[in-house]
Amino acid sequence: MSDLTRDQLTHLAQLAHVNLTEEELDRMSGEVSKILDSVAKVQEVDTKHVMPTSHPIALTNVYRDDVVGPVLSQHEALTGAPEVEAGQFKVPAILHAEGDR
Amino acid sequence: MSPAEMIRLTALEMAEHLRAGTFTSVELTRAHFERINQVDGTADEGVHAFLHLNQDEALAVAAEVDAIRTAGGPEADELHPLAGVPIAIKDNIVTIGQPTTAASKILEGWMPPYDATVVRTIRAAKLPILGKTNLDEFAMGSTTEYSAYGVTRNPWDLNRAPGGSGGGSAAAVGAFMAPLALGSDTGGSIREPAAFTGTVGTKPTYGSVSRYGLIAMASSLDQIGPVTRTTADAAALHELIAGHDPKDSTSLHTQWNTLLEATTDQDLSGVRIGVLEEFQGPGFSAEIWEKFQETLDLLRDAGAEVTTVDCPHIPYALHAYYLIVPSEVSSNLARFDGIRYGNRVVPDGGGTVAEVMAATRAAGFGDEAKRRIMLGTFALSAGYVDAYYGTAQRVRTLVIQDLKHAFEHVDVLISPTTPTVAVKLGDQLEEPLSMYLNDVVTIPANLAGIPAISIPGGTAEHDMPVGLHIQGPAKSDATVYRVASAIEALIEAEQGKPFYDRAPEVPQVQGARS
Amino acid sequence: MTATTTLTFADAVAHFEPVLGFEIHVELNTATKMFSQAPNAFGDEPNTNVTEVDLGMPGVLPVVNRTAVESAIKLGLALNCTIAPRSEFARKHYFYPDLPKNFQTSQYEQAIAHDGWVDVELDDGTVFRVEIERAHLEEDAGKLTHMGESGRIHSASYALVDYNRAGVPLIEVVSKPISGAGDRAPELAKVYVQTIREIVRALGISDARMERGNLRCDANVSLMPKDATQFGTRTETKNVNSLRAIGYAVDYEIRRQAAVLSAGDPVVQQTRHWQEDTRTTTPGRTKSDADDYRYFPEPDLVPIEVDQAWLDRLAAQLPELPVERRRRLKTEWGLSDAVFRDMVNADALDVVEQTITAGASPGAASKWWMGEIARLAHAADVAVTELGITPHHVVELETLTTAGTINDRLARQVLGHVADGEGSPAEVVEARSLAVVSDDAALTAAIDTAIASNPDVVAKVQAGKTQAIGALIGPVMQATGGKADAGRVRQLLAEKLGLQA
Repeated sequence: MSDLTRDQLTHLAQLAHVNLTEEELDRMSGEVSKILDSVAKVQEVDTKHVMPTSHPIALTNVYRDDVVGPVLSQHEALTGAPEVEAGQFKVPAILHAEGDR
Repeated sequence: MSPAEMIRLTALEMAEHLRAGTFTSVELTRAHFERINQVDGTADEGVHAFLHLNQDEALAVAAEVDAIRTAGGPEADELHPLAGVPIAIKDNIVTIGQPTTAASKILEGWMPPYDATVVRTIRAAKLPILGKTNLDEFAMGSTTEYSAYGVTRNPWDLNRAPGGSGGGSAAAVGAFMAPLALGSDTGGSIREPAAFTGTVGTKPTYGSVSRYGLIAMASSLDQIGPVTRTTADAAALHELIAGHDPKDSTSLHTQWNTLLEATTDQDLSGVRIGVLEEFQGPGFSAEIWEKFQETLDLLRDAGAEVTTVDCPHIPYALHAYYLIVPSEVSSNLARFDGIRYGNRVVPDGGGTVAEVMAATRAAGFGDEAKRRIMLGTFALSAGYVDAYYGTAQRVRTLVIQDLKHAFEHVDVLISPTTPTVAVKLGDQLEEPLSMYLNDVVTIPANLAGIPAISIPGGTAEHDMPVGLHIQGPAKSDATVYRVASAIEALIEAEQGKPFYDRAPEVPQVQGARS
Repeated sequence: MTATTTLTFADAVAHFEPVLGFEIHVELNTATKMFSQAPNAFGDEPNTNVTEVDLGMPGVLPVVNRTAVESAIKLGLALNCTIAPRSEFARKHYFYPDLPKNFQTSQYEQAIAHDGWVDVELDDGTVFRVEIERAHLEEDAGKLTHMGESGRIHSASYALVDYNRAGVPLIEVVSKPISGAGDRAPELAKVYVQTIREIVRALGISDARMERGNLRCDANVSLMPKDATQFGTRTETKNVNSLRAIGYAVDYEIRRQAAVLSAGDPVVQQTRHWQEDTRTTTPGRTKSDADDYRYFPEPDLVPIEVDQAWLDRLAAQLPELPVERRRRLKTEWGLSDAVFRDMVNADALDVVEQTITAGASPGAASKWWMGEIARLAHAADVAVTELGITPHHVVELETLTTAGTINDRLARQVLGHVADGEGSPAEVVEARSLAVVSDDAALTAAIDTAIASNPDVVAKVQAGKTQAIGALIGPVMQATGGKADAGRVRQLLAEKLGLQA
């Protein structure tokens, strides 16, 4: 039931923006399926009437006053970036050039 | 005092000597760099605990502390008690002036423009920062073998893993390359390496120490904590780094100023110590189990009440953990896309931004990161999220309730920290699932946000150290330190010397490190 | 690309009932961002209003801006919503270079405000109630600039990212499906967005300048055959960024979808883009199961809990809302529906109110602002408030007119000069010597001349045709450059000619 097919893994890799090689797809669909088989044991527990916990120590209403604080300089902001231009982060085109598909 | 003698002191003893003027912080800091030079080596030989050394800055801070002490007056009086005692920092904690990589290729050479809150605290207290320590990539692993920059070796046996993910910090402290280190613990990353290297490591109550600047693995479980050779040192470092941080919305307002004091009370009479029914017997190696029974006898003899308690959902904690963690991992690691920082990989012939992101992430992440991203993406995806992530978070609720009930009857729960002693390098590399089982004891504390410590509990198979795991209810960190310190004293009294003095000498490396 | 077929609007709405839905993103005017202390400012150098948090750097954590939460609660109250006693943030995952963490921190299962309504008043006074599904808090993304010959995404060779806008607080207001507007759907769409804009401005929580993207509207349109009960497939037209365009976009989508359906084809569920130049929409991404946002509760933020005390405190801070204020002012001022509506449409309520407060009567304030000033504004293609004429100017003008210092004709002239920046009405009258000539001696000469030059008119008047006296007033006014008080001239003429005053 928890078996993850190669196609499913391909889809997940697309969602997660990680290219997986053919070898990785073969190997990881097995590995991830095996882990899923194991962790799916949580489903043996009757949790119908149980609320989920997303924070181990429950807090509420933690806010910050709307007061400006220090910012990074443009240099600090850009210093770790692979490519910059005109004070901005340079990235490849969003879409393939037309007719380049 | 010789450099070799200095480095074998506890951090609190070093601090005493600095105040007394027996030696200076520069001498102490140099002694540690000398030791690092002798035993740390490289990815190919030696312990390889450090990914980056911060010698110039560390010595400058040490000199500053010495100058303040020499000058005397109010500034000297106001120095933090640990001022001048060197510290190592796990490389998933962000530091200005030193690369921060989380042991991942995707962040190779990244120089952060900001400091983690704990790093600011350490700088303010003037502890010289020796450098950044190795870990499993993004703290995902139990052996430090998933580091993109080579393994760290266990100082007790260089053929064995130091545990993970914080193998670097534990090995550095265990091999006397640092008296203090910071780790981070999401499912045992401080405590399991502590157990494997014969050191002490605490996972504080969630929210005790600010997470700001800790590169997130699983945000609802991550906690920074101390890595040391004694319980008192851990308590002292914990006090330094704990406290409310307005930059971390999950940070608590609780006061944490009685932790060190708690380690001076070593009376165990009447202390109610629980042993989990679910952790009895099978699962632990024969010698570890035997050692643990001996420890229980020591505790009974010291007047503690040892009882068995029942937490029926604990067996499911591991499964819930390995759904919650990958889910949060898949989200937390999404930002590594080669646009704002880190390396970028462009596919042959170029590509769109999405293609470049996918190529960058494929090249930048190791196998374990990819596995967890896939698993987490699956667990959160439409149609599966309730059955996987949702069920796991509901099981988490049941685990928390179980522990709460248990703590109505006992003050702390104790068990061995790990099922086995440190594994040989390479043994678990191909078997992610068996690696996950290393964390079976340590995980519930992260799910529940409660404090837990691992202290040396003797040795077992192959004369390798074993850990003793002590956990208490949320915010009972002082109690955990008190009980841990008392047990530590019992074991030391029985052996006639501190546990860390039983470590074999670490072989020196051939060439000096550059 | 082939031209898209459309039906005429009349044909379309004769056969189909449009169903609308809106998602309006309101950028808040807080001092800082939603989750960081970086300034929330427009127009600065790129990547200068950012902290490590806004760049999604490794290790950073968000902290919620209290003012943004309170703004959302206020808007929720103004939209008659239920304020959730407990709500939380969630992560919405998708990869895009303007999104620093590759997830947007938003609200998912429980929005801070839900199930409300707002009354929308159409141009003819018809009131339409739009139901609000939810209003939730989230963060804005950065700004992408597509670099290439045309500056458009399709032909760009690369892009640049500025994260100054990343993390700016947003409230997304989602309406429930709106049906029953029929042929008034485009107008309703425009007025609905206008109403939301008015409310957020009145609350002071957003500058709501659509041209700056402070308020952005996605319009959902679907059609169903008349008498059908099931909604049709909808399209979502993104980022329609002016009030005028919203009406046009809805109008276009109704006509386009009607043509598709009439041809027996199905409407494709998709995102469409508004094209201002051609006033059409063009197809964007088709919705598919690739949209899997993998929401889960944000572990780095804790839930928002709103208790009654907090709610009461914020409710007490709410200003009078625009629709209530309009109802009140209309009654107080006693103006006709038509005049009042013109005033609303000209965005002149505030100045008129200020003018009345400063001492003018409602009639006078309305007469000047909606008369000569509106004419000047129209000629200059600006708003009435942008001419440099203040409520105090209008009060001064009215005082001068009532006192007889100037007449209406002169007053209009004076307004022109005030708009030209020549000073207050009194200063203009003074500087240009525009006061009515009220000195009888100065008028006598002109009157004598007029009498002497027009013997035939004088004869008519003296023969009893007293209304002919008007023909003598004209030459006198002309001779005095229009500055004479016409009433006084008539009086003096009558005296000279021996008529009874």
